[in-house]
Amino acid sequence: MTPIILIIVFVVALVVGYRAISSVPSLLHTPLMSGMNALSGVVVLGALVAFAMALTTGEQIFAIAAIILAMVNLVGGFVVTDRMLRMFKSKEGDRAE
Amino acid sequence: MSSIVYNILSLVFIVGVVRGIQLMSSPKTARQGNLLGAVAMAGAMIVTLIQAEILSSLTVYATLIIGGAVGYWLAIKVKMTEMPQMVALFNALGGGASALVSVLVLMGGASEITLFNGFNSNLGLAVGAVTFSGSIVAAGKLAALLPQRQVHLNHHNLISILLFGLTCLLILVNTVAVSALLTGLLGLLTLLLGVIIAIRVGGADMPITISLLNSLSGVAGAIAGFATNNVLLVAIGAIIGASGLILTQIMCRAMNRQLTKIIFATAPVGTVAEVEEAAPITAAEVETEPPLERSVRVLGEAQKVVIVPGYGMALAQAQHKVKELVDLLERMGKEVKIAIHPVAGRMPGHMNVLLAEADLDYEKFVEIDAINPEFPEVDAVVVVGANDVINPAANTAEGTPIYGMPVLDVAAAKQIIICNYDTKPGYAGVDNPLYKMERSILLLGDAAESLAKLNAALSA
Repeated sequence: MTPIILIIVFVVALVVGYRAISSVPSLLHTPLMSGMNALSGVVVLGALVAFAMALTTGEQIFAIAAIILAMVNLVGGFVVTDRMLRMFKSKEGDRAE
Repeated sequence: MSSIVYNILSLVFIVGVVRGIQLMSSPKTARQGNLLGAVAMAGAMIVTLIQAEILSSLTVYATLIIGGAVGYWLAIKVKMTEMPQMVALFNALGGGASALVSVLVLMGGASEITLFNGFNSNLGLAVGAVTFSGSIVAAGKLAALLPQRQVHLNHHNLISILLFGLTCLLILVNTVAVSALLTGLLGLLTLLLGVIIAIRVGGADMPITISLLNSLSGVAGAIAGFATNNVLLVAIGAIIGASGLILTQIMCRAMNRQLTKIIFATAPVGTVAEVEEAAPITAAEVETEPPLERSVRVLGEAQKVVIVPGYGMALAQAQHKVKELVDLLERMGKEVKIAIHPVAGRMPGHMNVLLAEADLDYEKFVEIDAINPEFPEVDAVVVVGANDVINPAANTAEGTPIYGMPVLDVAAAKQIIICNYDTKPGYAGVDNPLYKMERSILLLGDAAESLAKLNAALSA
């Protein structure tokens, strides 16, 4: 991936994300934030690659620390979001489709 | 795996994440959306394991499982009322991981780094470290482990600006000539910068700060993606960045605050401004009826009731009592709505989550713009631990921190029952003229206890 392509991807994702997120009502802002939070664990991908490329033990330890932090963020974030979303109930249409 | 296959799969995962967010726009489909995001992420991890040829590394699996298990355990254990600090803590971890990945690129790994990768690694380290320490401080404040008030150091602005300038300088120097010493120094400086920024944020500005840190953690991820040439990281990081930005904007607008003022300027907190006295009580008008009896009578006569929750409800854990009250009133044949101000509480949507936890039907929740025109027809408002978000002084008291902030217009309602802890000014430090109004009934003390008494008296 060349820098130019990455920058284009960044800008496009920013715009697409902005549009998708604008449609989320304030009712769901906490779960939205928590879900986005979970997604920021995506950096685990970078950590995995870094681990694969690590040559020294020191580097490996850093990579392992990064993987653990990102995984706590990722798994914890998704589970907590699901817990919150399960609570939102209404009389009509009690269940998620 | 060929790079074409990898790129196509990456695109599929990104589309999955975006579709997941779209599903989050309705409570009925939101769980699916979250699940879709999780599945896309799992797919991306598998593809990365294959691509990086570490599919057979036991260390990797052990690490993934440990991290995942800790996250799962935390997520299952946390109470709903502790959610703001949990979100802040997870946010810190994401930022920390981005910072570590950036450090790894700077440490060299296998490849020679280009200027582009080097610059982004430095930037990723800086943004990640600020996110990490800032979020930890925010989590500490939300959990009341740190003082919730603003902490002002001498020359606070000067320190922030100096640190920021030094950070920029270090990023540039370390890009041109990378060294372990400078990398370490940059890490320490930016950790300090995060703390300096976060300690001066007061409790009521937390929704804005949390949203901003959320955005930063995404940006840190995207920059780490630039540093490691990882298209998935760049795209998903950007989406998170956009999300945090939108929430930050919404929160700022709802408080009529400028972002720069929260981060840099000395907020005029504690200034008690002159507020026009609203209808002073004359001796003849003073009700001799005790407040509890009067509240019961007012609610008994009311047809339309609106409940306004605030951070005090969260503090007193009064959401279940609110649910009881709503059930009681509905059984008495009243129309009940719950008016939620966007910045009530300590994070965006905080009240909605607490009330949903208490099993209240979300169809009853109404936003400020929808409910404000209705207040003149409302017979009784029950305020549960809200102050600044209902303070009519926001419309009139020029020069106070809340001037111009959109507030719930409860003063227009016929009767107002206020279950607040006391009549002291709220976080913004502006006296609330509602307390002195003849139409207000004060049930002071712990909101959960006040509501318990009210519910008992109503059902008697």
